[in-house]
Amino acid sequence: MENMRERFARVTTGLLDSDARLAVVLADISADLFDAAKARHPDRVVNLGIREQLLISVAGGMSLAGIRPIAHTFASFLIERPFEQIKLDLNHQAGSAGAILVSSGASFDYSSSGRTHQSPGDVALLGTLPGWTVHIPGHADEAEPLLRAAAAGDGLVYLRLSALANSAPLARRSDGFTVLRRGNQATILAVGPLADAVIAATAGMDVTVLYAPTIRPFDRQTLRATLSAPVVVLAEPYLTGTSVPEVALTLADLPHRVLGLGVGREELRHYGTPEQHQAAHGLDAASLRNQIAGFIGIEDSGRGRVPARSLA
Amino acid sequence: MNNASTLRRYSYADLPSLIALMTGDEKHDLASMSTLDVIWALYDRVLRVSPSTAGSESRDRFYLSKGHGPMAYYAVLAAKGFIMPDDLARYGRFDSLLGQHPDRNLVPGAEISSGSLGHGLPLAVGTALGLRAMGLTSDRVFVLTGDGELDEGSGHEAIAFGGRAGIDSLHCVVVDNSSASLGWPGGIETRFAAEDWSTVRVDGRDHDALEAAFTLPHPGRPHAVIAVINRA
Repeated sequence: MENMRERFARVTTGLLDSDARLAVVLADISADLFDAAKARHPDRVVNLGIREQLLISVAGGMSLAGIRPIAHTFASFLIERPFEQIKLDLNHQAGSAGAILVSSGASFDYSSSGRTHQSPGDVALLGTLPGWTVHIPGHADEAEPLLRAAAAGDGLVYLRLSALANSAPLARRSDGFTVLRRGNQATILAVGPLADAVIAATAGMDVTVLYAPTIRPFDRQTLRATLSAPVVVLAEPYLTGTSVPEVALTLADLPHRVLGLGVGREELRHYGTPEQHQAAHGLDAASLRNQIAGFIGIEDSGRGRVPARSLA
Repeated sequence: MNNASTLRRYSYADLPSLIALMTGDEKHDLASMSTLDVIWALYDRVLRVSPSTAGSESRDRFYLSKGHGPMAYYAVLAAKGFIMPDDLARYGRFDSLLGQHPDRNLVPGAEISSGSLGHGLPLAVGTALGLRAMGLTSDRVFVLTGDGELDEGSGHEAIAFGGRAGIDSLHCVVVDNSSASLGWPGGIETRFAAEDWSTVRVDGRDHDALEAAFTLPHPGRPHAVIAVINRA
């Protein structure tokens, strides 16, 4: 099945044919996926070589000229390495056409590559800057309409693609949170590719489950409108607690409890598979079930009970 | 921007009085401003941009990469009608358009915001590529950097790519006042030349020489002008 990165390349190749103001800027990563597009549009598919500071600055400079740029590489080299270029050459310049950053690799797609190729902090880092829309699609069928909408727009958009995906698309709306289930004891917000694990983890629990393929702007309205009890658990496939402040702002006038689950801050220093990393960070279904049940204070007599593990 | 009724022509000789509006010092020495002659020569003789065309898609762009010490830039923008002399008098105040580093969202005519070193040339590469992609092949981009600013590695990503891609609308003016603390043995132009840029070294105070250097033909290659300023 076509993964998110392959879908990104195929859809973008088509968009380049129909939208003359769109351009793709690359730093070697995924360049082979754009060979056909480059042959057709040599001035609008540009591979800069392994130059990630230039990747962001060129996107900023194109935006100043009125081009809508899409810059792409692994998340660690797209967001973390050239962060000041994002702050100054995209945000501070505020070019007329904005920019789209599309990453792959996510938090631990490259589980065997070690820390250098893992970027759990990207969403939190972008959160220090104003104006960013951040999409965390959970399926290639969700990534595609988000990409198309971003290409047609003019703001600052981060599209975070992952090799991990849910078995089927879950989003039923183009923006904001989708209500997967309604319940009374708590709200569980599942972000992007973690949704399958959250759905399995909460089987039989009397909880509301929301699904977020877009995490910025944070859909306060839906969280508030569907809130049954002021108890919220976030399951985010990146740095633990990244969106806890958003929940706190949403529920600022209510006594409430919130638990952020996600990728631990400490380095794992293990290799293996993405699934092993997910489990090591307590983000597999069994670990999620234990943590969620413990936090909302329900006796869990359900299946798959595993010993509670501490987050790294 | 000036309207027709207030339009006044300023010459190079008026720049000290415009700068004095910012410094409050009537005797401010122009020689202390390493970028003044380069910026004046560009706006007075080379750049195809004016207050009336500053919003056009097609225009020449000037990117002040070395954003520190922007008084010379502001004075030239005022002399050419992009901003008002009154704006100069509010330099640095809380509600001023003009800070110690320029913000393009505040300063009419300023094409980029700068201050952090090493951003202007990479941005200019992107703009030149964008103009090429839009078919605006006669528009040129001029960037002003300092020799010290080129210590930043980001500039060298841009020099290497700009040369390899043969972006001939791209022009980099290096105001070389020997401020790089470790120097550039062999001359900073050798770093451009190695990447197949056209290069020329000129007296950074000589307007005729600067104009000639800026307009030297360089088909198929980007162009670097090393404007030498001898420190007093």
